Amino acid sequence: MLALSKVNKWYGDYHALVDVTAEVKRGEVVVVCGPSGSGKSTLIRTINRLESIRSGTIKLDDVDIHGKTQNVNQLRSRIGFVFQQFNLFPHMSVIDNICLAPMKVLGQSKAQARERAAALLHRVGLANKADAHPAQLSGGQQQRVAIARALAMDPPVMLFDEPTSALDPEMVGEVLSVMKSLAKDGMTMMCVTHEMGFAREVSNRVWFMDHGAILESSDPETFFTKPAHARAQNFISDLRH
Amino acid sequence: MLEFLDNNARFLLIGSFPNGPLGGLALTLLLSFIGLVLAFPLGLLLALCRIVPVAVLRISSGVFVYVMRGIPLIMLIFWSYFLVPRLTGHEVSAFTALVVTLVLYQAAYLCEVIRAGIQALPKGQLEASRSLGMTYGQTMRLVILPQALISMLPSLLGQFVALVKDTSIGYVISVYELTFSAQQINNSLLTQPFAVFFTLALVYFVVCYSLTQGVNFLERRINRKGSQTVVKLEVANVSVV
Repeated sequence: MLALSKVNKWYGDYHALVDVTAEVKRGEVVVVCGPSGSGKSTLIRTINRLESIRSGTIKLDDVDIHGKTQNVNQLRSRIGFVFQQFNLFPHMSVIDNICLAPMKVLGQSKAQARERAAALLHRVGLANKADAHPAQLSGGQQQRVAIARALAMDPPVMLFDEPTSALDPEMVGEVLSVMKSLAKDGMTMMCVTHEMGFAREVSNRVWFMDHGAILESSDPETFFTKPAHARAQNFISDLRH
Repeated sequence: MLEFLDNNARFLLIGSFPNGPLGGLALTLLLSFIGLVLAFPLGLLLALCRIVPVAVLRISSGVFVYVMRGIPLIMLIFWSYFLVPRLTGHEVSAFTALVVTLVLYQAAYLCEVIRAGIQALPKGQLEASRSLGMTYGQTMRLVILPQALISMLPSLLGQFVALVKDTSIGYVISVYELTFSAQQINNSLLTQPFAVFFTLALVYFVVCYSLTQGVNFLERRINRKGSQTVVKLEVANVSVV
């Protein structure tokens, strides 16, 4: 479904992504992990063109994401993206946050959008917060709204860029459980995270990145018990301490 | 000391209107109002040009702003009043010359206020909106400007106060605004310059002070309403670091 082939990115002299070639199949949950600065966030941001690439291709169902003629807005409407900082629109109520893009981009009527938004809020456990403003919610609640906002576009794939890293520890669980239920429903997901428990329990595949390259791509069982690459071994053993 | 006001208060307030041209404080306020109404949309347009990823617009608007801010207002007035008729062969009324100059001059300052307000928003707001598939225009109109304009309201009104004072420069090209009216009164009385110009200063002060108080009131209201938002945003920013 998502196919990356020989993707390279440079920030000036810095080679941020090095020949990244990988694939995410429909219904698969891929966790991207690795030390800070290894290029995980950069990689996931290239997939909806928040970052440009120097060379290579990224395809979503055979659509070339970085193709010059590709309509970027149409493309992004099909890729859900959840940010570390939630990035809810603070001047709108929760339900307006969710309804905005479906109405403006998909052309849904207000009634249609609100009905769907209400269902999504129910799904993330925040049915009673529809009229609250983001500032009145906890971090975990805000992130769940952000997930609902992305889901409202009915994207075939969801990208998560460290969705729990900005949360207090006691709020991580509520966000992860929403993500788990998404995975269980068969959503195709790619998730940059340091939550190794989530990786182990939910993912089908773990990509380990360092210095801009994917060093290892394996199923979680193999990755956590006998990683092949030396740096992955170090990473795993550091986690245990 | 202020007995000259018995005969001249009316002239100071509205000039010789309705038997002659409007002048005095009324014209000063009218000039300020027209100036603001025209300068604001122009300033907004310039601000958008300054940040848009199109080099021609960015550079030309930048040059305009730097030229306007690098030249004394009185120079600009002379140019539009004396030079423009020379170049075009068309007479320009003093009122038109003053309005156009004030608008261009104020727009340059407003542009920078608006640009700063837009750029002060977290980058995540733009990214979140774009990643939902909304266009640059929709993002500006629905997400960025509603937030930025609220936060910059105090600075915008501060610029309005500056504009009120700037209209006094109309005196040099004989626009019948407040300062010009005061000078006319002084010329006819000859003996009471202190009283006349003290009154003049007092009128400007009362107008500008009331406006400033209005700004302060507004600022307090915004802070009270938005304090929660601000606090949350700061918390979010801290946790990135």
